[in-house]
Amino acid sequence: MSKPLPTTVRTHFTALRMLLVLTVILGIAYPLLVTGVSQVAFSDKANGSIVKSDGKAIGSSLLGQNYNLPKKAPSDSTTGADPKEDPVPDPKWFQPRPSAAGTGYDGSSSGASNLGPNSDDLLKLVNDRRAAAAQLDGVDPASVPADALTASGSGLDPHISVAYAKEQINRVAKERNLPVDTVAKLVDKYTEGRSLGFLGQEGVNVVLLNKALAQEK
Amino acid sequence: MGSTLAGWLQAIALVGALALCYRPLGDYIAKLLTSAKHLRVERGIYKVIGVDGDADQRWPVYLRSVLAFSAVSVLFLYALIRLQTFLLLNLGVPQMEGHQAWNTAISFVTNTNWQSYSGESAMGHLVQMMGLAVQNFVSAAVGIAVVAALIRGFTRNRTDRVGNFWVDLTRISLRLLLPLSIIFALVLAATGVVQNFHGFTEVTSLTNEVQKIPGGPVASQEVIKLLGTNGGGFYNANSAHPFENPTGFSNLIEIFLLLVIAFALPRTFGRMVGDNRQGYAIVAVMGLFWIASAALLTFAESQHHGTALQAAGAAMEGKEQRFGIAASGLFAASTTLTSTGAVNSFHDSFTPFGGGLTIFNMMLGEIAPGGTGSGLYGMLVLAIVAVFVAGLMVGRTPEYLGKKLGGREMKFASLYILTTPTIVLVGTGVAMALPGERAGMLNSGAHGFSEVLYAFTSAANNNGSAFGGITVNTDWYDTALGLAMVFGRFLPIVFVMALAGSLAQQQPVPATPGTLPTHKPLFVGLLSGVILIVVGLTYFPALALGPIAEGLS
Repeated sequence: MSKPLPTTVRTHFTALRMLLVLTVILGIAYPLLVTGVSQVAFSDKANGSIVKSDGKAIGSSLLGQNYNLPKKAPSDSTTGADPKEDPVPDPKWFQPRPSAAGTGYDGSSSGASNLGPNSDDLLKLVNDRRAAAAQLDGVDPASVPADALTASGSGLDPHISVAYAKEQINRVAKERNLPVDTVAKLVDKYTEGRSLGFLGQEGVNVVLLNKALAQEK
Repeated sequence: MGSTLAGWLQAIALVGALALCYRPLGDYIAKLLTSAKHLRVERGIYKVIGVDGDADQRWPVYLRSVLAFSAVSVLFLYALIRLQTFLLLNLGVPQMEGHQAWNTAISFVTNTNWQSYSGESAMGHLVQMMGLAVQNFVSAAVGIAVVAALIRGFTRNRTDRVGNFWVDLTRISLRLLLPLSIIFALVLAATGVVQNFHGFTEVTSLTNEVQKIPGGPVASQEVIKLLGTNGGGFYNANSAHPFENPTGFSNLIEIFLLLVIAFALPRTFGRMVGDNRQGYAIVAVMGLFWIASAALLTFAESQHHGTALQAAGAAMEGKEQRFGIAASGLFAASTTLTSTGAVNSFHDSFTPFGGGLTIFNMMLGEIAPGGTGSGLYGMLVLAIVAVFVAGLMVGRTPEYLGKKLGGREMKFASLYILTTPTIVLVGTGVAMALPGERAGMLNSGAHGFSEVLYAFTSAANNNGSAFGGITVNTDWYDTALGLAMVFGRFLPIVFVMALAGSLAQQQPVPATPGTLPTHKPLFVGLLSGVILIVVGLTYFPALALGPIAEGLS
């Protein structure tokens, strides 16, 4: 007859069996159940709120994107565009907030700058962004709102403030030869208020706004 | 509607929702911790794991079960992470280094969810759901089980039995956390949180740039990350990521989830000790600290001090437009006063005083309301200290809920209180003394020191949030912070269990006119004072070198 295992060892085997049972219930059955119900009940949202244009997926209404000019390949290059080249915003589009996700709005690398409130690096970035935005939009640098000067927490923020959207209306209208009024109406249309009227903060969804803009003739 | 008014309204809505849940949820938890009946599925589980569900354990056996379960969990999770390159749904992520996998396994088992990795690039879906999310459930359940044993120490007399860990763990997981998770996972999915098994979907934008849209079973993990006060994000940006927290409404739900159990547990306590007023006194202290902290933090952020933030005109660095200042401040205060550590905005970029408050909140020991279970046992230990202090003032033997607080009880309470500050201050001190570790700071000067202080405070208190600029995926930080998490979690649990055993053995003493009433406003004030003095004196020098120095410069 074999000797019974010491209590300590038996306790660990009990623990392992417990963990395996709970893993099956909480780690497999539960997420599968939630996935099944979500895919049936909210399939669009559960799959990432994908935005389509002419039947082609162009992004997600929840994730911001870059709207930059195509990168120029240097004349002596055989490998195409220089990846280190600084992106230049395309004036035809509403511009999003600065982003710290990868090289900007990288969906595989969400994140913030983590620069501190007294950081000299952040101070320089803010001042440079203020000058650049004021020049692009032809406005007084002092009037550029804070969201246009700061990177969001996720680096994928799809919204900008109403003030920043309004600042860009004239420039976008001019670049696209559209009446200012038409563009202003689109901005109104894609302004999302606070949830239930009091939760969070109002913002303009840049992805949806730019998609609508592309469809304006 | 103005931002200030909207900010107050969201706080009022939150308080209202938590108040509505206090009695039913607290009573429900009390019932599941005291009921003699087992569900059929539970009886099946006890059969499979080979335990007698009706047999109560002595406190050392209960403690050994907690430790064995946690040890097995660390090994299992470590193996799962290291082997994920061979598993399904790994999304082709590279194999994680040993030190980082060790740190991550400990982090999730200790309810910390400190993440030295980035979710998108280091974790496949299978490990997230079968490893990390499972620990989100069970580590929360362990905390509640331990506080249940402590409460039984107060309610039981002349016994050496404090409950059965396997029964507590099973019931809390299956009767409390699982049903709430199913409901709220679907609520979150309805707001836009993703729930699928896709890898990255590549899309071409209107300007012909390729963007990778991430996927994953996020809603099911998001909900337990908050409900269990865990905090480990599916993605690197955590609850700031629009796929984890898409709207102002989902944001309020998430704050509600991370507070609801911790705020209902005082009711469970009052119910189990047979005097609901005791629960009201405890929840009043928790509520006072929470409201004060949320208001101060939001105020500090709205003032946007700091050269860079002044230049920008608002403290929007690291904050999402859809949340703004008020919803970010409320989240930050709530996540650091519980052991959650999820973030919807990045604390490293907060104003000096706002960021300092997030550190101070964790230094309070995460008791207002604290983590699931761990918040209440931390608060009860401080209540014991407060009763003892009051006893010293009038010169009589202190007693709490009919149990005498003698030398043995005070020894365990004191050890509990000394553990975390020792880990935080020694760890920070050593890191600052080593040139290589100092170099991990992103920001310089006082703010850089705050990054290191934050890291050790967060790890030792099992919070898991960070001043994220610091580079912590190194051998040294992964190891040191891993140790901080282990000792910060399990040493206090050892002392709490010993305390539970010691209290349960006593014969209760009847209340006399000289007994300090522990349900009156006087006690609420005394307990609040003890918390502030104990914590304030311990950490003031460290805070003075970091956030206070930065804020005053």
